[in-house]
Amino acid sequence: MINPFRGFSAVFYKEALHVRRDFGTLFFSLIIPLLQMFLLGFGIDTNIRQINTVVYNADGHRESRELLDRLRNSDTFNLVRFVNTDHDLTDAIISGKCRVGIKIPVDYSDKLLHQMSAQVLVLIDGSDSSVAGQAINVTTAIGLDESLRRVLAASGTTTFAVDMRPKILFNPDSRSPNFFLPGLTAILLLNVTTFLTAFSIVREKERGTLEQLFVTPVRPMGLLLGKLLPYLMIGFFELCMILTFMRFIFSVPIHGSVLLLALLSLPYIFVSLSLGILISSKANSQAEAMQLAFLTILPSIFFSGYIFPRETMPKFFFILSYFVPATYFIDITRGIILRGAGWVHLWIDAVALFFMGIMLLVIAARRFQNKVIMA
Amino acid sequence: MADSEKPAISAEHLVRRFGSFTAVNDVSFRVEKGEIFGFLGPNGSGKTTVIKMLTGLLPLSGGDASVLGIDVRKDPETVRENIGYMSQNFSLYADLTVTENLTFYGRIYGLSNDRLRQRMDDIVQLNGLSPYMNRLAAQLSGGWKQRLALGCAMLHEPKLIFLDEPTAGIDPVARRQLWDLLFELSAHGITFFVTTHYMDEAERCSHVAYLYYGKLIADGTPDSLRELPDVQPPGTYRVEITTPEVTRALRFARTIPGIRSATIFGQSVHALINDDLDLDHLRYQLLKQGIVVAEIRPLAPSLEDVFVELTYKHQSDSEASRD
Repeated sequence: MINPFRGFSAVFYKEALHVRRDFGTLFFSLIIPLLQMFLLGFGIDTNIRQINTVVYNADGHRESRELLDRLRNSDTFNLVRFVNTDHDLTDAIISGKCRVGIKIPVDYSDKLLHQMSAQVLVLIDGSDSSVAGQAINVTTAIGLDESLRRVLAASGTTTFAVDMRPKILFNPDSRSPNFFLPGLTAILLLNVTTFLTAFSIVREKERGTLEQLFVTPVRPMGLLLGKLLPYLMIGFFELCMILTFMRFIFSVPIHGSVLLLALLSLPYIFVSLSLGILISSKANSQAEAMQLAFLTILPSIFFSGYIFPRETMPKFFFILSYFVPATYFIDITRGIILRGAGWVHLWIDAVALFFMGIMLLVIAARRFQNKVIMA
Repeated sequence: MADSEKPAISAEHLVRRFGSFTAVNDVSFRVEKGEIFGFLGPNGSGKTTVIKMLTGLLPLSGGDASVLGIDVRKDPETVRENIGYMSQNFSLYADLTVTENLTFYGRIYGLSNDRLRQRMDDIVQLNGLSPYMNRLAAQLSGGWKQRLALGCAMLHEPKLIFLDEPTAGIDPVARRQLWDLLFELSAHGITFFVTTHYMDEAERCSHVAYLYYGKLIADGTPDSLRELPDVQPPGTYRVEITTPEVTRALRFARTIPGIRSATIFGQSVHALINDDLDLDHLRYQLLKQGIVVAEIRPLAPSLEDVFVELTYKHQSDSEASRD
């Protein structure tokens, strides 16, 4: 007798009218993520290159100059400053002008000539861990390489016994946008869609129309789904815009099926809209809703594997990352866009998202039901 | 479904507690079909709580309520299907037109397109909204907003409509027009449950009740309330003393033996006096104080008088029971 979705079509009709009436404002809010994508896509390079480096070359002979050339050619170091005292060397790092300092001692070439171990001091600014890591790796590799060459030359052979040839699949040039933008898509989409539903319901609270709806036969599920569906369409439209931008402005190739990507984005949009609805069940003003929505954004950025790999997280946060919807969608976007993954590889992500969405929606509906009764 | 013999609303010993606070304390009343029931009381006295209980939004802590013969405890959904509700802020969608607002509420109640169109015609004819159909609700004046809200609340032909302070913030002309409309609808058998702060509106109701901090202290037709012994004790009557010096007259009148109580109403003082107090003597006593009296005439108690008397009575009773 009681239809749990009562009022769905009426609410859908009304919501669609709201959207049409105020399409200008809405469209503007859909443009903002594209602008953010523009900034981040052009502005961020995740590869570490051309680290500012200060050099104190106390030796000055041919061997020392050869070593500096090898550092320069690695593309990792940019030798921007040459000094003549230890003090100036450390000072360049403390002042922040250089991240790496290299001191070649006065006896460098002499020791090499006498087949002794020549030491090179490498000072690294540890305040940025990824820069420091890259500097350690590259200087160590150059040192080893240099040593091997000398050992080989002395023994008369010219070939390495083992020659490692790494080959990077899927993003061979290590282009930052290719890696960065598929993840960003998930974050931007979350950002927009959560606000859409949260604001739509909180506005009704502020104006008192929600109270009026509760005195009608509308059921909470009918109300929430009627609100959700129009914004699902808008969220999908937003996704299409973001993908178009990514593909044609940033030339990120999509290796897998675009259709599958579009299809699998629906459960993700559904989750973020449901999250917005859950927020609206708690917040009583748009300012409050905004704060709560921001609360969900940071975990989505840091625990989803978007910036830091999930595998290196402490156990607790690794488990936590399973509760972050963006985790699954980033897996989907990187999978399809970079690796050309298909339904077989990704269906589990879609199912996880779908269930999360249902859960959030049911919790929100219950909260609204209780609120009706308790208000 | 509702038996025609049954009252529109029957509330028996309603109780609502919020923690240790009792917002509604043993409230009982009946509203017959076709009545305009005025539900009065100061802010925070529990009027809205009672409406929420009757519309099934708030569970009862005690007592029973049936609305249109439907048990509110058992079937709040069906209650909501059959009533209309208009809140004090009219709850319209400002960015939707008049037609769209009406269509939305029509669909909420599951009206078919044909029926919706017909009901919209009826309502528009009744409340004169036709020139504004394509206007956004935001652009309507307060009075028109209120008529639109009433239209939305009665699209589905409810037999009972709750109006929570329908005339707050509305200009006097629109206020009167709304009441004319209510009378017309009530003549067609629709029952209204109206909360208001305006005493002149209370006078227009066919049945009034007064809620004072959770307790119902008056319930009846305006005339029957005027005749209550607490309002008009035997051996007393009410007079209106018209004078330019109302404040001094009031202060002095309260010292005269034989005057039970006195209050200012505009340019006059209303006093409850003993039958044996001679009016000429009263006028003379006032004059001795330098208070010129233009007129003293007998007066039937207004509803405001009624509620004031009953509130005093209730206060002194509850103080007595506390001691």
